[in-house]
Amino acid sequence: MSIDEIRKKLGLELAAGGGGLHREVLSGYCGDLLSDVMANCGKGAVWVTIQGHQNIVAVAVLREMAGIILANGRRPDPETVTKAEQEGIPVLCSPLGAYELAGRLNALGVGGMEQ
Amino acid sequence: MYGLVPGGREWIEMAHLLKTFSITPRDFVRAGEISIAIQGILKSVGFGQDVIRRASVCAYESEMNVVMHGGKGTFFLAVEPEMIVMEVADDGPGIQDIDLAMQEGYSTASPEYREIGFGAGMGLPNIKKNADEMEITSEKGKGTRVKILIRAEEESGGAG
Ligand SMILES: Nc1ncnc2c1ncn2[C@@H]1O[C@H](COP(=O)(O)OP(=O)(O)OP(=O)(O)O)[C@@H](O)[C@H]1O
Ligand SMILES: [Mg+2]
Repeated sequence: MSIDEIRKKLGLELAAGGGGLHREVLSGYCGDLLSDVMANCGKGAVWVTIQGHQNIVAVAVLREMAGIILANGRRPDPETVTKAEQEGIPVLCSPLGAYELAGRLNALGVGGMEQ
Repeated sequence: MYGLVPGGREWIEMAHLLKTFSITPRDFVRAGEISIAIQGILKSVGFGQDVIRRASVCAYESEMNVVMHGGKGTFFLAVEPEMIVMEVADDGPGIQDIDLAMQEGYSTASPEYREIGFGAGMGLPNIKKNADEMEITSEKGKGTRVKILIRAEEESGGAG
């Protein structure tokens, strides 16, 4: 499933990085500590976080993620938008919390482990 | 650590692909760019996915540590088909107790940094887990140097 299909099914708002919406989602991960995400998320992950600052884009690029979902109505910083556009990393926004988003992602078949 | 590299330090200076980047402390706008550039280089050389993932994690954590805790820094990369060497040095405050710094969960990051997701105390342990060899040297008030070696032989997709 592509990150764009997930965007449509969960009604997420695209904030930046539309050039990467074709990316394939292979797994999911939740976390707000960047080094924890660096260490533990799978390849092709959709990452649910409340961190909206620019360094999330580097983490997503380096771990070859499919995209980032900002939970709890968080918005990306302007620098995050610029970087996400440059790197083609979709940044999606939702008013829902991380727990709820993870549940809905799981229901769509996105598991915690890389597939 | 270079005792483990066939040819030692000389090998590193004569490696086919050498690159040096400078790191500006507290520059969070550019933080991560060096690691992304290195990931691109390693992809173009043709290393396997696992090698690239491990090298990317090591590059990111060592780059971020200089940005967050260190002084003016340099990131040195040497690449050969069978191994990747990274040497990240800065002239910042240094690490007082390296054994303590290596423990998962230990961090001196300020509350401001923790709020934006840094300071889990996982950076150095992440390097340790992903590198084949790692060595830190530091002198208080003078700076820190982290050396990382990643071997590519096992499952590289045919480097070079
Ligand atoms: N280049 C450096 N200069 C000075 N101190 C450093 C440097 N690198 C690491 N340290 C010290 O070692 C500690 C542990 O580093 P580590 O990378 O494991 O965690 P962190 O950077 O605090 O948090 P995280 O990496 O999880 O965001 C740091 O909090 C800091 O005190
Ligand atoms: Mg760190």
